[in-house]
Formats: sequence, C-alpha cells, structure tokens
Amino acid sequence: MRILTMIKRILTEMLRDKRTLALMFIAPLFILSLLYFLFQSNTDQTASLGVRNVNTTLVSAVKNKHVKIHEVTSNQSAEKVIHDHDYAGVLSQSGDHLALTLQNSDQSKTAILKQSLQKGQIQLKSQAAVTVIKTQAKALKKMQAALAAVTRQMGQAGRNGQVGRPSMDKSVKNAPNYQVTTHYLYGSSKSTYFNTLLPILIGFVVFFFVFLISGIALLRERTTGTLNRLLATPIKRGEVIMGYLSGYGIFALIQTLLVVLFTIYVFNIQILGSIWNIFLINILLAIVALTLGLLISTFASSEFQMVQFIPIVVIPQIFFSGIIPVNQMADWLQPVAKIMPLYYGAQSMSDVIQKGASIVAIAPSLGILLIFIVVFLALNMLSMRHYRQV
Amino acid sequence: MTNVIQVGSLEQGYGKTVVLKNINLTVNSGEILALIGPSGAGKTTLVSTIMGMLKPMKGDVTVLNTAMPNRQLLAKIGFMAQTDALYESLTAQENLMFFGSMQGIARKQLREKIPHAANIVNLVPDLKKYVKDYSGGMKRRLSLAIALVSDPEILILDEPTVGIDPELRQQIWNELHKLAKAGRTILLTTHVMEDAEEADEVMMIRNGAAIAQGTPEQLISEYDVHSVEEVFLKAGRQQDAHTNND
Repeated sequence: MRILTMIKRILTEMLRDKRTLALMFIAPLFILSLLYFLFQSNTDQTASLGVRNVNTTLVSAVKNKHVKIHEVTSNQSAEKVIHDHDYAGVLSQSGDHLALTLQNSDQSKTAILKQSLQKGQIQLKSQAAVTVIKTQAKALKKMQAALAAVTRQMGQAGRNGQVGRPSMDKSVKNAPNYQVTTHYLYGSSKSTYFNTLLPILIGFVVFFFVFLISGIALLRERTTGTLNRLLATPIKRGEVIMGYLSGYGIFALIQTLLVVLFTIYVFNIQILGSIWNIFLINILLAIVALTLGLLISTFASSEFQMVQFIPIVVIPQIFFSGIIPVNQMADWLQPVAKIMPLYYGAQSMSDVIQKGASIVAIAPSLGILLIFIVVFLALNMLSMRHYRQV
Repeated sequence: MTNVIQVGSLEQGYGKTVVLKNINLTVNSGEILALIGPSGAGKTTLVSTIMGMLKPMKGDVTVLNTAMPNRQLLAKIGFMAQTDALYESLTAQENLMFFGSMQGIARKQLREKIPHAANIVNLVPDLKKYVKDYSGGMKRRLSLAIALVSDPEILILDEPTVGIDPELRQQIWNELHKLAKAGRTILLTTHVMEDAEEADEVMMIRNGAAIAQGTPEQLISEYDVHSVEEVFLKAGRQQDAHTNND
C-alpha cells in the first residue's frame, strides 16, 4: 500500500519533470547514434604517401584505394616534407635501399602505409617469380620443339613428347590460384568495430543513465528533507527503498526497452541469441545501477558532489567492460574487472549478441549481478539508519 | 489526565559531542508544552529523540507507555519539521494525500480530512496549486496541515509559527487550544516568547540544559518578573553565573 503510493508519487513527479524525462529517454539514443556514425566513417580512411626516386613499378604496386601517392621532387628532408604537406609518410629509394619515414601521429594511417608497402613488395616478388617461371617455360618449349624435331627426324612417333607439353602448361597456370570464400558466424564483411562495441555500449548507456538519475533523485529527497519527513511516518525503511526501486525501476525499464529496440531496429544489428536474454541482462544491470545510485547518493551532500562520483564509480567500469579485452590485461589488473558490475553485464551482452549464448551460459554472470543487487540493497538499508534508527 | 510523553534523565548527542544533558519532562494528555530556547540549544535534537529518530544515549523516552524508538507509534504522532519538507512539483493536495497515506490513513478517509486540515491554515483555495508556486509562509502552513491531517493523538511541531502572520498565528493557536481541549497532546518548539505565553507548560532550554520549567504564570512569579521573556533572560544569567562558578 505505502509502496504503491510511493511509486505513484515518483511517477507523477517524473512525468512533470520534462527535462529529466527527455534526458533519460533521448540522451542514450543520441549517444548511441553518434557512436554509430563515428564508427561508420572509419572504414574508408586514406593516408597520403610522398614518394621520392622510387621505382615506378613499386609505386604502382603500393598504390591502392587507401593510399594517395604524391610525387616528391625537392631535396628537402623527409621530416620537412611531411611537415609542409601533412603527409602520413614519405618513401625514398637510394639504390636497393628503401627508407620509410612516418608521421605516426595517427597510428591507423601508419598501419595503412606499412601494410600497403608490404603488400606491394610481396606483389612485386610474386610477379618476378612468375616471370622467371615463364622464361623457364619458354626455354623448355624450345627444348621440347628441338627434341620433337630430332625424334621426328629419327622417324619415331612423338607421343611421349606431345603429352608432356600440355601438362607442363597446366602446372604453371594452376598452382598458386586458390579460390577463397569467407563465411561469417556473426555480422558480415561490412561489420565494423561498432558491431563489437555495441553490446558493451548498450549495457554501459543503460547503466550510466539509470545510475545518474536515480542517484540525483534520491539526493534531492535527502537535501530537501522529504526523506527525513517520510521517515517520521511509520513507513518501514525497506518500504522506502522498495518504493524508490520500483518507482525509478519503471523508468529504467522503459529506457532499457527503448535502447535495446532502437539498436536492433534502427542500426539493424544482428542478434544471434534471444532478445529476451538481452532484456533480462539489461534489466538486471539497470537495477544494479539503481541500487548503486541510491547508495552513492548517501555519500554526496549535493548534486555537484554526486556528479563528481561519476569518474570514480562509472568511468572505470567502461575500461573493464570489454572495450579493451580483459584477458589481454596485466595479470594483476584482471581481478579488478571482476568487481565491476558492468563487466558481467557487457560480457554476457557480447555473448548473447555475437555468440548466441543461451540463458544457461550467461546464468553465472546474471547470478553475480543479482548478488550485486542484494549487497547494494542491504547497504542502502544500513545507510537509512542514519535517518531513523528503527 | 494521563501521562503521554515522559522523558527521564536524557542525555543525547552525536558521536562524542553532547547536545542535551539531564533533561526531564512530562507532558499529559490535553496539555500544550512549549520548548523555548535560542537556535542551537538542542530543541530539534530533543524533538527527534522523542519521535524516536535518534536513540537516547542515556536515560529513557516513553511515549504512550511505549519506550522509544518505536516505528509503529509514529502513526499516532503528527509531525511538523523545522524545514519545509515538501514535494515541490506536486500540488498541496497531492502532498497532503501522500504524507497522509504514509501515515497510514486510507485514501477515502483522507479526502474527507484534507479540507478540514487545510481550513485551519487557510489553504483551501490554494490546494490545487503546485508547492513550487507557494510563498514561504504558505509552505509553513502546508507543513502544519500535513501534521494535522491524520488527526493524531500527539502533535509535535518544530517551530510552527515561523513566517506566519500574527492574524493566522492567532487562528492556529485557537485551533491548538481546541485540539488540546479534545484531549490531544501538543509539544512544540519556538523562540517566540508570545508562543510560550499561550502554552500550558514551558520548558526553557539553553546550551543543552533545561534552565526553567513550569507554567508561564508560575515562572513569572517564581522569578519575580513581568513576562516569560524576562524569565528566560534571568534564568540564562543564572545559568552563566553557575557555569562560571564551577
């Protein structure tokens, strides 16, 4: 009864606070869309390369749609050329020696140039190999013709010789030519880093916004004294917490549904696992954020302080959520990830979306999220004691 | 007359700081007790302890024969806090409904009681307004209406007359006397001496200690002065002389 009244009050308050509503529902979609477009542009990046005295066959071998070639004629140092023209690198040749100077302020451009140069060299080498084989084949043909003439002169049937020739040609043509077809379990050849990032991002966005809004909402109750006044009625401390949890939980739920549906239908993201599992993970994650937000607001005495908790409580969670693979981190750093709720949330999101994990496979992570909820709730109950001791 | 609020040799504080020492008081049913003292004297701490928001460090607090703190007993206490703890984005009516149902009153009953409580504080025409559009005095009156709405056996009012004009103050006091006559017990804090003169019983608190206690008439004759204010000043000087001698 009291919990229902509290929920009703929270709903009325929230529905009248249009700005908070907008922040809660539109901001996450805005951030996700922004990231979506940012990562789309990443695939057709080009790097400009200055070349000086470089063999033209090598230059044309290095050239591809990601590398823009600029001929350099001046005798200035490579550093100066890069500086003046903002090239990603300069390649110069003297005799057999190639020197590649890289700007290296954008590592992705550096990688493009290194890769293209390597590719070009391999291409040239294999061309050279083919030429050698062709010359050898020609020599062989000549020898065969001479041999045939000799055998004809000797009056014998040329069967053996005639069989040898086509088999020879075949081996030259067919040997290195594999046909490759690629199959993708998840996504397609058009997949970008965004596809890897998205499951983590959904979890993070849900976590962050629910944390922020629930934390500040309860903080307002503390600072205006309404929490104190509320506890001067016979309401139980547990009822107060459950009231907040369900009241703000309704908004967290709507927000979660919105974020998940938006990413699936607007970004057209493929989900290998069940969408219900995705809802389940995010709802649990939202409740963790809610209970954590309520708890953290205990330690803040103003909205200003609450915002300052974000770098401590929320930002580190991004680092350990899987954006940087946790199993590649230093050994001592890996256990840190295990105390971050978002690690479990993001991990199971990736598993469901990209690997089609079943509910059984993600159950351990969900269990740990539940433990987080129980622990935070218990701590909330304790912190309420500060306001009323029974 | 039965003994409703009983405080015996209470010592209270936060951590190591002692805010109240050796407080004894009794309020009977149908009585109005005013706690007078400058701000920082410990009035709000005493009120919080009586309500059971704080556990007594030493001594005991009994309300309606029940040792405090006791959560259920809060249903019988109408409380008005010193700061206006109201939901600004709700209307006055919604605030009354909310706190009333938190107090444990059914919604249907509340709808009947709200106009009466609002009438006492002259807020009937403004019930549908948002609290954020209220003036300071209106907020104070709404807080009082919230304390009154459940028609509780005990009223505990922390600074109820701050920011209320003299005319309305008189009206509120008339209502409080009416409630006391009907057997309600009222404990209020104030630093306005006129309020003290209206009360049946006065307890003066200064620096965490009770310096004078009794009916206003008793105190005036005992201290051989003409007003409650003078009693307070004289008792205060005596307290200072006492501490200096120690």
